[in-house]
Amino acid sequence: MAEQELRTTVLHALHLELGARMVPFAGYEMPVQYPTGVMAEHLHTRAKAGLFDVSHMGQIALRPASGDVTDAARALEALVPQDILGLAEGRQRYGLFTNDAGGILDDLMIANRGDHLFLVVNAACKAADAAHLRAHLPDDIVVEEIPRALLALQGPGSEAALSPIADVKQMRFMDVAVLPSVFGDLWISRSGYTGEDGFEISVEAYGAEPLARALLASDEVEPIGLGARDSLRLEAGLCLYGSDIDLETSPVEARLLWAIQKVRRPGGDRAGGFPGAERILGEIVDGAPRARVELYPEGRAPMRPGTLLFADPSDGEVAGRVTSGAFGPTLGAPVSMGYVRSDLAKPGTRLFGDVRGKRLPVVVPETPFRPGTYKR
Amino acid sequence: MRFTEDHEWLRAEGEIVVVGITEYAAEQLGDVVFVELPEVETQVAKGDEIVVIESVKAASDIVAPIDGEIVEVNEALVDKPGLVNEDPTGGAWFFKIKVEDTSEIDDLMDEDAYKDFIA
Repeated sequence: MAEQELRTTVLHALHLELGARMVPFAGYEMPVQYPTGVMAEHLHTRAKAGLFDVSHMGQIALRPASGDVTDAARALEALVPQDILGLAEGRQRYGLFTNDAGGILDDLMIANRGDHLFLVVNAACKAADAAHLRAHLPDDIVVEEIPRALLALQGPGSEAALSPIADVKQMRFMDVAVLPSVFGDLWISRSGYTGEDGFEISVEAYGAEPLARALLASDEVEPIGLGARDSLRLEAGLCLYGSDIDLETSPVEARLLWAIQKVRRPGGDRAGGFPGAERILGEIVDGAPRARVELYPEGRAPMRPGTLLFADPSDGEVAGRVTSGAFGPTLGAPVSMGYVRSDLAKPGTRLFGDVRGKRLPVVVPETPFRPGTYKR
Repeated sequence: MRFTEDHEWLRAEGEIVVVGITEYAAEQLGDVVFVELPEVETQVAKGDEIVVIESVKAASDIVAPIDGEIVEVNEALVDKPGLVNEDPTGGAWFFKIKVEDTSEIDDLMDEDAYKDFIA
């Protein structure tokens, strides 16, 4: 990988102009932070609005030759445990590509755009996802990779900042719409990866930089790098693919059962019928041996990925492992996520993380932090 | 003030050497969120990892730049780790070491040499 030349997004020159520190990420050179730093960027996003370049992510359209979106929906249901036939036009939902072992190939957003489905997938998985779709969907579903830029505008000030550009006021959380603007048609979803209200905006490459500049011209909007994107999603309890969910973790272990609608669960009209259904439906009925939990260290020391967790402060076997961990600027305290034995996953459970040879207390929070600014 | 290749600064005060990290190091680390200091009266050898410092990005160690005994640590950093970013070469010193001979530090880089080193 180190030898490979890094790709850039159409906003690369703008990032440099804004003073970004660039790092390699999923094959791209991306801004990890701007001069104000991760802490200030994080707090600004929760207070006002932050603009993220997420053009490295994959955008894929599934176009049914028949022109009937239900054909694409039915086909996609063979690859994900979500209810796609029941996804209304103009709506989006969170989904998972599962594998035959019941693990997770990627997590994604799936939108019904009337005559086709529109997917947004992780940057590191996008080539594999497109290949997976082409290999497993019938020939009459065309898999089209969309070379548009993608911006995320996140935070309570997002609607006010975007409204002069596109009429987004009527959109609710997880709505999608195509809205005209001076930067070309914008494909907008009211969603994001920070726990805040906000939008993801797909824009033609030529319109991306002018759109970014127009948004940044608002007093409320600052550019935000990948560093704060990670601390924002972690505080909000959202999984990072490759860290918190991967080929080994099932959706049930990952506590993503909310994302598997009843119609695909045991007893549902379209139960199963996706890769790994045997394991996943079995775990829905019988439970899984481990569970993903949010973890709040009691002290100030962050518990980083790989930190081993124990039920006992001095001995006993390993009871779990941290998969994400950092400092949460809004919490003003460290925050982690990880997997623990299922009997230790109850809110309020106190565990111990081995940090540099010392077992430090950490709690499964009773009421994890949620910004709660989604517009339902 | 003298500087090490580990981006620490040292300042002699009589037989005591005060140690912190440079502005360059603080900037590279990003916002510091956690500092763990050594115990006072610990004997340390040059190269020992004696301070843990965590930023929003990662954990790093600060090594003893010289042999000696820790005589004082800056407890203010435990409650306010962000001082490391605000005032790295002043209020955010980490520890004071009592050494045999403070002239030992004269061999380290001076400010000009350090500026060349990070350039």
